[in-house]
Amino acid sequence: MSTDSNVALEIQKQATEAHKRQNRKKSLSIFLFLVPAVIIYLIFILYPIIATFNYSLLDWNGMGEQVFIGLDNFKALFTDPAFWLALRNNMYLVLVSIFVQVPLGLLMALVILSSIRGKRALNVLYFLPYLMSAVAIGLLWVFMFDPAKGPINNVLNMFGFESISWLASNNIAIISVLIVLVWQFAPFYMILFKASMVGIPEELYEAAEIDGANGMQKFLNITFPSLMPTIVTSSILAVVGSLKTFDVFYIMVGGSSGGSTEILGTYMYRQTFVNFNMGYGSAISAVMFVIALASVIIILFSDSQRKKRGDLA
Amino acid sequence: MKLGKKILLYVLAISLLLFTSYPFLYMVSTSFKSMGGFFENPFSVFPKSFTLEQFTSVFEMGLVTYFINSVLITVVSVVLVVFISALASYPLSRMKFRLNRPIFVLFLVGMMIPIHATLIPIFVMSNELGFYDTLLSLLGPYVAFALPISIFIMTQFMSEIPVELEEAAKLDGAGNWMIFSKIMFPNMIPAISTVVIYNFVHIWNEFIFALILIKSPENMTLPIGLQKFYGEFSVNVPGLMAALTLASIPVIAIFIIAQERVVSGLTSGSVKG
Repeated sequence: MSTDSNVALEIQKQATEAHKRQNRKKSLSIFLFLVPAVIIYLIFILYPIIATFNYSLLDWNGMGEQVFIGLDNFKALFTDPAFWLALRNNMYLVLVSIFVQVPLGLLMALVILSSIRGKRALNVLYFLPYLMSAVAIGLLWVFMFDPAKGPINNVLNMFGFESISWLASNNIAIISVLIVLVWQFAPFYMILFKASMVGIPEELYEAAEIDGANGMQKFLNITFPSLMPTIVTSSILAVVGSLKTFDVFYIMVGGSSGGSTEILGTYMYRQTFVNFNMGYGSAISAVMFVIALASVIIILFSDSQRKKRGDLA
Repeated sequence: MKLGKKILLYVLAISLLLFTSYPFLYMVSTSFKSMGGFFENPFSVFPKSFTLEQFTSVFEMGLVTYFINSVLITVVSVVLVVFISALASYPLSRMKFRLNRPIFVLFLVGMMIPIHATLIPIFVMSNELGFYDTLLSLLGPYVAFALPISIFIMTQFMSEIPVELEEAAKLDGAGNWMIFSKIMFPNMIPAISTVVIYNFVHIWNEFIFALILIKSPENMTLPIGLQKFYGEFSVNVPGLMAALTLASIPVIAIFIIAQERVVSGLTSGSVKG
């Protein structure tokens, strides 16, 4: 009896040993599969973010001595009119994304999903702007907006209007760049909307048709509500997107108009890599990171709320 | 459909078409004009005479170097991204362990991080390591910022590969590496091609890292080279348009060949910029 239980115990012990060994082997292989990605992520994303916060506490020109000055950079930043101006321009970017790019993208998606002829070709042609490099886009539009030889003023002249110097005067310059961003990003939203519209069940429309709904009613009561999650996510993503914006502004109005066309991205670049205020530039980056992080938390939170509601339903 | 509505739809479609395509048409047609032809008639979309002189002259002005550099850095980065993200996606999609979810979320959050928050330390780092002003300095940041979306796409795809395939191999005594390389990887071609194309487009067009990390013309990528062209030859509009056209061709060609992959990459990440 006792030997029996001893044997059983021994077997069990061996089993757990084997299990442990297997577990250790499993952990090792998980580690090996993940390690290249995690290391690269740590070195080139996580560490730099922490370092940015660290640099933001310094007075430093990038080469000489690093002087610790506490939160002075942030104090200076929050009383810096150029910073608030840049932040305001970023707000414009967000608003234009939500109220111009998103609706235009929706319109494009509606057109290429309608019964129009040549949908396939339109799909490609509408999407082309998004594929060009932002640098190419910026340069192309500099010439589109050219006061003397640009096609846009040419069209204005044809209709009897006077030429406008699009990129020279501050207020118009920012509008010009915003138009270019609409051109660049509306196709992106078109793709998002197209994908979510294809996912709407056909039965909904059929049922509505039986109830005698017309096209507009179908759009307002079926299409639009089904797209709401996409619209909400896109709107919050617009905040993150505006923080990532740099290239087109830099190319089209970079430093030319005395700060009023500056956005956070270009202001940070100028402070850091033109004026060599590494500490101050880091403070701007840190603020940009915090805004982005806050948006992400809002997205994740609203997403989990939506899922919860979905589970209850 | 009623006629009125139909007309409205076509008017809308054509207005949108003009908005999206006219600048494009302007770029391509101007690049076929001679300088004289351009000044004579800068707006016409159909030039009276076609010339290829602009294309040959931008090639002579160094565009070839930028082109080769762009191809090099893009291809190397994309290959690395595919392997590293496929490796990481295997345990994230198929294995249970405590840190699975946190690591996955950490990668996801990476999609939202503004590049600016990493610029200065990466600039300092590449100076200290002696990579500054080499193509190599771009490799780390390009791979790192491509990882989040790539891991996301691959993890999602891999978790849909049937478990039976894997279990059969396990019974035959195959280890994790065997399963990954012989079963998972070959079954992931659609996800891999999405990742390749999505990242090709973004890395080919990347600007700000190249702007701060590269100084010498012989190491410049296309976006930086284009900007340099503009600074030097801003009077030569047709020449610049030829350069822009050439720089845009690879990405547009890829889109036309593999439309669906580009689209699925965009929609799965829903990340702008």
